[in-house]
Amino acid sequence: MAHAAAAVAADDHGQTNTGISNWKLGFWAFIASECLFFGTLISVYMVYKGAAITGPYPNEIFDVLKTTVSTTILLFSSLAMVLALDQVIKANKKKAILWLAAVILMGAAFLVMEYTSYLKYISYGLTLGSSTFGSSYYVLTGTHKLHVVIGMIWMATLIWLIARDRIPPHKSETVEIAGLYWHFVDIIWIVIFTLVYLIQ
Amino acid sequence: MKRSLPGVAGRALLLFLVPLLAACAEEYPQSTINPQSDFAAIIHSLYVSIFWWTMLILAVVWVALAWVLVKYRRKSENDQPKQIRGHLGLEIGWTVGPALIVVAIVIPTIQAVFATQRPISEDALLVEVTGHRFWWEFHYPEYGVTTANEIRLPVDRPVSLRLESADVIHSFWVPVLGGKRDLNPVPAVREGRDKKYNWLYFTPEVTGVFMGQCAEFCGESHALMAKRAIVETEAEFEAWIASWFASEGAAAPEPPEPADAEPGDALPEEVAEARPAGQDEDPRIAQGRELFMNSTCIACHAVQGTSAQGAIAPNLTLFGTRRTLASGIMENNEDNLVRWIIDPQGIKPAAAMPGVDYPGGNWPATNFSEEEVRAISAYLLSLK
Amino acid sequence: MSSVGTVTPDVHHTSHEEDTGLWSWITTVDHKRIAIMYFVTATVFFFVGGFEALLIRIQLMNPEQNLISPELYNQLFTMHGTTMIFLVAMPMAVAFFNYVVPLQIGARDVAFPRLNALSYWIFLFGGIYLNASFFVGAAPNASWVGYATLTLPEFSPGRNVDFWFIGLSILGVASIVGGVNFITTIINMRAPGMKMMRMPLFTWMTLVTSFLLITAIPVIGVALVFLGFDRLFGTVFFNPAGGGDPVLWQHLFWIFGHPEVYILILPAFGVISDVIPAFSKKPLFGYPIVVYAGILIGFIGWGVWSHHMFTVGLGPIADSFFVAATMIIAIPTGVKIFNWIATMWGGSLQFTTAMLFCVGLVAVFTVGGLSGIMHASAPVNLQQHDSYFVVAHFHYVIVGGAMMGLWAGLYYWFPKVCGRYLDETLGKWHFWTTMIGFNLTFFPMHFSGLFGMPRRIFTYSADLNVDIYNQLSTVGAFIFGLSAIIMTWNLIRSWRSGEPAPANPWGAPHLEWSIPSPPHHYNFPGIPEVRSREPLWDPKERADIEAVTMAEPEREPIMPNPSWVPICLAAAITLAWALVMTGVWWIIILGMLPVLFFTFLWAFEPAFPEGH
Repeated sequence: MAHAAAAVAADDHGQTNTGISNWKLGFWAFIASECLFFGTLISVYMVYKGAAITGPYPNEIFDVLKTTVSTTILLFSSLAMVLALDQVIKANKKKAILWLAAVILMGAAFLVMEYTSYLKYISYGLTLGSSTFGSSYYVLTGTHKLHVVIGMIWMATLIWLIARDRIPPHKSETVEIAGLYWHFVDIIWIVIFTLVYLIQ
Repeated sequence: MKRSLPGVAGRALLLFLVPLLAACAEEYPQSTINPQSDFAAIIHSLYVSIFWWTMLILAVVWVALAWVLVKYRRKSENDQPKQIRGHLGLEIGWTVGPALIVVAIVIPTIQAVFATQRPISEDALLVEVTGHRFWWEFHYPEYGVTTANEIRLPVDRPVSLRLESADVIHSFWVPVLGGKRDLNPVPAVREGRDKKYNWLYFTPEVTGVFMGQCAEFCGESHALMAKRAIVETEAEFEAWIASWFASEGAAAPEPPEPADAEPGDALPEEVAEARPAGQDEDPRIAQGRELFMNSTCIACHAVQGTSAQGAIAPNLTLFGTRRTLASGIMENNEDNLVRWIIDPQGIKPAAAMPGVDYPGGNWPATNFSEEEVRAISAYLLSLK
Repeated sequence: MSSVGTVTPDVHHTSHEEDTGLWSWITTVDHKRIAIMYFVTATVFFFVGGFEALLIRIQLMNPEQNLISPELYNQLFTMHGTTMIFLVAMPMAVAFFNYVVPLQIGARDVAFPRLNALSYWIFLFGGIYLNASFFVGAAPNASWVGYATLTLPEFSPGRNVDFWFIGLSILGVASIVGGVNFITTIINMRAPGMKMMRMPLFTWMTLVTSFLLITAIPVIGVALVFLGFDRLFGTVFFNPAGGGDPVLWQHLFWIFGHPEVYILILPAFGVISDVIPAFSKKPLFGYPIVVYAGILIGFIGWGVWSHHMFTVGLGPIADSFFVAATMIIAIPTGVKIFNWIATMWGGSLQFTTAMLFCVGLVAVFTVGGLSGIMHASAPVNLQQHDSYFVVAHFHYVIVGGAMMGLWAGLYYWFPKVCGRYLDETLGKWHFWTTMIGFNLTFFPMHFSGLFGMPRRIFTYSADLNVDIYNQLSTVGAFIFGLSAIIMTWNLIRSWRSGEPAPANPWGAPHLEWSIPSPPHHYNFPGIPEVRSREPLWDPKERADIEAVTMAEPEREPIMPNPSWVPICLAAAITLAWALVMTGVWWIIILGMLPVLFFTFLWAFEPAFPEGH
C-alpha cells in the first residue's frame, strides 16, 4: 500500500489526519489547558478583589497610564515575534536574530515596568497577605510574569539555535510554536489588563 | 447487642424493600429515616418517592440484563447473530423515559429545596450554633443563655439555627430532626457589610433525646464530636432557662442584655461571693468549687453567676444536668468526669484542655491530685 | 539505534524483540512498555491503598475500638482515597490508553513518545513522594478533598498537608502532559480511512477523558497553588480572618473533582463498549448515540460540581440548578446502559472473564448510579452527604464501574500484550471473589449510612447500632482483598506460562487484533486502510488489512530513540516541587535550574536516529 510506505513512525514529519503537525496540535491543546489555568486565576481575582476587608483597594493604587505603556510594549513584542518568524522562513538569519532580540528586550522592559509597579503597590501596603485583593492580584500577575520569563528564555534559546544554523526555513515551525506561546502570553495580558486595570 | 446473622439479613432485606418501616428511634438513635421534625419529614417523603423510582429503574435494568444473559448465551461457536446496529425508536424511548422520571424527581426536589430553606416563622427560637474543635456551643440570644454539646429545644416551636464555626468547617447533623448543614468559618467582611451565615430551620415534633454528630471532617477527633438534641415540653424548656440563671444561686436579675457581650468583661467579682452555701453541702463540693475558681479552669470555662467567665471552652452552667460528657461521647458521671479531668487528651486526642500531667491549649498542666480532681468533679456535678 | 532489533513476526513469540534489560525499560519511549510500567506501578499502589483499606476496616469492625490511633487512621483514609484515585484508577486507565489506543487507530506510537515516558516517570515519582510521607510520620491527614480551613497552617501545622498539595501538583503535571499527548495522537495519527466515527469506543472515550484531563487539572492546579501560598507565603485565599472564603476551595476542588469522576469512569465505559460487542458477536448497538452520550457526559460533567456542596449553604437557587443539571447527566448514562444491554440482546454471548466483568459492571454500576440519583436530590443529600451511604455510592461507581471496566479490559487485552491468555479458571475465581467481596463490603454501608454513621470517623458509638453492618463490610473487604491476590497470581502465572494466544483470540473486530500477539515494537509493519467500524468482521476488509499488518516489512520502520532524559527531567521536576516545601524563595528558584537543564537536554537530543 502506498500509505504503508509513506507513513513513517510516529514522528513529527509524517502525515497527519488534520494536516496540522503533532507539535502544533499538541501545543494548541496545551494552550487550551493554560486557558483554564488563567481563567480560574482571573475568575478568583474578579470575585476576590471586592472581598478585601482592608485597603488599599484597586481604584486607589492602579496607575492605568503606566500599565497602558507596559501593555503597549508587550503588544509590540508580538509584532516583533511575527517579523522574526517571517525572517526565519526567508532564511534571513541576522534579521531573525534581531527581531527575536527585540522580543526579549520588550519582554524585559515590560517586566521592569511591572516590577517598579509592584514596588509602588507594596509601598502602599498591598502585599501578598494584606487582603484577598493582594493575594489574588499578585498570584495572578505573578503567574503571568513567570510565563513571560519562560518565553524570554525560550526566545534566547532560539537565537542561539538560529545563530548556529540549526533552524533552517523548513524547520521554521520551531519558531512558529514559540510564537504561538508568546502571542498567547500577550493575549492573556490583554485580558488581565482589561479586567484588572480598566474595569475596576 | 448481638443478633444472629440470618435475623439481621432478614431485617436488612425488609428494610431495603420497605424503607417506610424504618426501625424505631430507640434502636437506631441516629437514623436518617426516622423523621421527628417537619424538615426531616419533607426529606424523608422525598427520599421514599425517589427510592421507588430508582427501584423501578433497577428492576427494568436487572430484569432485562438477566433475560439477555439467560436467553442469548452462546449455543455454538457458529452462531451468526443478526448484525443490528441500532434502532432510533428505542433510543428515543430510553432517552425520553428516564427523562420523564428525572422530571418527576426534580420537581418535588426543587419544591423541597425551597420549602426547607426559607425562614420558617417570625417567632422562631433563634439558636446561634458555633462549632469548635471538638465541641458545640449553643447560644440562645433571646434568653442570654449559653450551653454546650446538648441543645435544648421546646417541642412544636419553630427553630432557626444560625451556624458558624470558630475554626475549621463542621457540620450540624441530628438526623431525626433533619438534614445537615455546614458550620463554615465566616469570612471577615469590610465594615458595614453583613456576614453571611448558614441556617437550619425546623420544628421538632416529638419530645425525646436525639443523637447527632459532626458530619464534616474537622481533624483528629472528628469522630468524637457528638451532640444531643433534647426536645422537651415548653414548660420543661422554660424551667431549664430559669434554672440556668438560678444555677449557682446567684439570682441573676434578668437575662443579660446583648447576646454577644464580651464574656471577658464579666460580672462583678462580688457575684462570686453572692451564692448561698447550701446547708447540707458535701464538703467535697465546697473544696471543688474553691479549686475550680482558683485555678486555670476559669480562664476558659464559665459558670453562670460566678467569677468563672471564660468563654473559649464549653459553658459549664447546669453541668450536672447534662446527660453526656466531652461532647456527647460518654455518660456524664463522676468516674467518667474524673477520667476526663485527669487525661482529656487520652480520651479525646487534640482536645484543647490541659490534663493533670500535661499542658493543653495555652495552659500548663493542672497538677491536681486525684483527690482534688474528685472534688472538682463533685462540684461540677452539683451544678444543677 | 538500540531500539531497532531483529524482527520476529512469529505469532507465538512471547519475549520482546528488543533489549529487555533494566536500562532498556528506564530509557524506553515505546508506548507498550510504558503501558506495562503504568499497569505494574498502579497495581503496586492498588495493594498499598488496599492495605490501608483493610486497616481501616479492621479498626471499624467493632464500635469504640482503639486499635489504630485517630491520627494514623486519618492518615490512612486520606491516603487510601488519594492513592486509589490518583495512583490507581487514573494511571490504570492511562496504562490502557497507552497500550491500546495507538493499536486501535493504527499508529506506531503516540504522538510524543518521550513526553509519554515523562508522564510515566512523573507519575511514579509523584506517587513515591506522596507515600514517602509515611516514613517521616507525616502522611497527608486532611482527607482526599483537603477542605480549607483544616489545611491551613493554624490547624495543620505539620508537613502532612505539604506532602499532599505538592504530591498532587506533581501528579497533575503528568496528567496534563498525558492528556495533550492522547488528544494529539487520536486526532492526528489515525490510519487512513479511520474517520472519527469509525473509531472504537475505547479510543473515543480516551479522547473525551483526555479533554477532561487538560481542562480539569488546571483548576485544581490553581487551587493547590493558592493552598501552597496560604501555607507558605501568608496569602489569605482561604483564611477567613483575612476575608478569604474557605468555600472557594470547595468550588475549585469540585469544579475539578466532578470531571475527575468522569475521568475515572469514561475509560471503563469505553472498555466495555468494545468488549461487549466482541463477546456478543454483534456490533455495538447505537454506536453514534453511545459516542454522543459519552461526549455529553463529559460536557455536563462541568456543570454539576456543586452537588458535592449541597450542605455548604449556597442557597436554594444554586441548589436547584445543580439538582437539575445533575439529574440530567443521569439520562446519557442510562442511555449507555440500555445500549449495552441492547448490544447483548439477540447476540451470541460468550462468558469469558472479560465479559463477566462487563456484565458485572452493568449490574453493579447501575446500583451506584441510582443511589447517586438519591443524593442528587439536594434535600435528601442533606441526610446522606458525608455518611456511609455516600461511601457506598462512590465505591459502587468507582470500583463497580471504573475498576470492573478496567479488569474487563485486562482480561480482554492481556493476550495482545504478551501473546498468552490470562487463565480463565483463575479469572472466574477473580471475578466471583470480586463480586462477592465487593458487594459484601459496600452494600451494608448503605445501611450504616442510613442509620447515621458519618464517614471519616475512626470510631463510632455502640449506640448507633451499626456494628453488624460494619462487621459484614470488614469480612467483605478481606474477600475483596483475596480477589486482588488471585488476580495478581493469575497475572504472574499467565505472563510466564499462560496458554499461547493467536493474533485475534476473541474474533474481535478492531485493528489491534490484526497484528501479531505480542505486537512488534513498531506495531504495524505497514499502516492498513480502514473501511468500516468493525474492519476485521468483514472478510474482504480483513484480508486486505492482514495483508499489510501481518506482513514482513521490507525495511524496519524507523522508531524514536530511547532516551534517559525523561526520567531525569521527571526527577528534576519532582525535586523542584518538593523544594517548594521549604517556603524559601531562593531555594525554590535554585530548584528550578535542574528542570531547565534537562529541558535543554531534551530539546537538543535527537528524537529519531540520525537522518530522520
